[in-house]
Amino acid sequence: MKKTDAIIIGAGPVGLFAVHQLGIKGLKAVVIDNLDKAGGQCIELYPDKPIYDIPAVPECTGEQLTTRLLDQIKPFKTELFLNERVDEVRQDKENWVVKTNNKKEFSAPNIIIAGGVGSFEPRKISLKDAEKLEDKSVFYAVKNKEQFKNKKISIFGGGDSALDWALELSKFSKITLIHRRNEFRGAQHTLSEIKKLEKDGKVSIKTPCQIVSLDDVNELKSITIKFDDGKTEKISTDVILGFFGLIMKLGPIAEWGLNMDKKTIEVNSKNFETNKKGIFAAGDICSYPGKLKLILSGFHEVALASVECFKRARPNEKYRFEFTTSSKTIQNRLGKK
Amino acid sequence: MPKITYKDFQGGSKTIEVENGLSVMEGAIQNDITGIDADCGGSMACATCHVYVEENWFSKLPKAEDAEVDMIDMAFEPKKNSRLSCQIIINDELDGLVVTTPEKQT
Repeated sequence: MKKTDAIIIGAGPVGLFAVHQLGIKGLKAVVIDNLDKAGGQCIELYPDKPIYDIPAVPECTGEQLTTRLLDQIKPFKTELFLNERVDEVRQDKENWVVKTNNKKEFSAPNIIIAGGVGSFEPRKISLKDAEKLEDKSVFYAVKNKEQFKNKKISIFGGGDSALDWALELSKFSKITLIHRRNEFRGAQHTLSEIKKLEKDGKVSIKTPCQIVSLDDVNELKSITIKFDDGKTEKISTDVILGFFGLIMKLGPIAEWGLNMDKKTIEVNSKNFETNKKGIFAAGDICSYPGKLKLILSGFHEVALASVECFKRARPNEKYRFEFTTSSKTIQNRLGKK
Repeated sequence: MPKITYKDFQGGSKTIEVENGLSVMEGAIQNDITGIDADCGGSMACATCHVYVEENWFSKLPKAEDAEVDMIDMAFEPKKNSRLSCQIIINDELDGLVVTTPEKQT
C-alpha cells in the first residue's frame, strides 16, 4: 500500500492543479485516472478546441492547457496512475484507503475528488446480443491488432477512431465500414485513403445505416443492418468494432457515502470538503450554491481545499499563507534557486 | 412565453412555458423534466441532452452545426430527427415545439 498526503481522483485540469497547490505547501500526492492519459475532458472531448476563459491565457486548446499544467507540476515529481479506476474508499482511523479496479491500494489523510462527470467509458451497441458477445466478437477498442488478422470486420462509427482502424486493419482483413449518416469526420488524408480502398474493393462502406441485429448469438457469423430508406442487408462478419465515442458515467463514486445532488457531490464553499472529513470534491463534480462549471472555478476550489489538506496531513505544524513570488520555501519546492 | 412539450419514450408528456433565449435543455433542467442529463452543461461536449424533434418541427429549426451532428453520432440511438436540446434556442416561433427524450442518455 502506497502512503501519501493526498489522493487525487481525476487527472483533468483541476486534479493536476491540485498537485500544484498541495506541492507548494510541501504535500505529496498521487493522481489516479481511468483514462490512459492526463487531461480529462480537455483531452478527451476537446483537445483541439480553443478555451478563452483561463485568466491571463487569452486562448489555448484543451491539449495545450493539459501540457502546460503537466509542465507546471513537474517539480513535484508526482506519480500519475492511469488506466486505474478507483472502486473502493474506506476509512482506516485518521486515513482514507483507496482501492482501484487493478487492486492497487493507496492511503492518505486526504482525498480530493476531481472527477469531472465521472469516468469515461465507450458507448456500446444497445443490443442484448452484443452485450453477450462483448470481448469475444464485439469490441470497443483495439488492444492487440493481431487478434483481428484475416477476419471479416464490421467497423461502426464516423469519426477518427473508426476511420483510422478501418485503414489499419484493411491491411490484413476484410473491412465493412458502417455509419449512421453519409458524412465521415476525419483527417482529410485518412478520408481520401479510405475512398481509395473502397475503389479497390478493400473496404466496403455502408451508409446511412445502423445495426439491427446480430444473427447468431453463440458465434458471430453475420449481422443485419438497416438503411435509412428501410432496406436491410446481411453483412458477413466475424468481429464487430464499435467506435461511438465515450460516455461519462459517475460509476462507483455514488457508493462512497457522500451526500450527492443528482450526479454531483455536495461540498461547503469554505474548503470544499464533503460530508466526510478529509474527502474533498472540486471541479465539475462538486456542487454548492452558485457553483459554476468552469475550469477556473475548479482551480480556486483546489487552492482552498489544499489548505485544509495541509492541516490534516500536518496536524502538528502551523499553516502559513505564502506567496510564490516571495517565499523561499515555495521557490525551493519548485526547484528555483 | 413559448410553450414547449417534452415527451418521454413511454408516452408521458409535460408542457411548460420556457422563456425566450433559453435552450430547450435549460427549459428541461429548470423544470425538472427527466430524461435530459446535460452532463457538460450546454457546451456541446457530450450528447446527454439528446432529443428527437417532432418531424414537422425538425425542418423549422435552424440547421445543426457540424460539431453538433458529430456529437449526435455519440448519442444513444440517434435518428434522423435527433438534435442536442442545448442547441435549440427558444423564440416565439418555436411556440408549440414538441421533443421526445430517448430511452436513456448514457
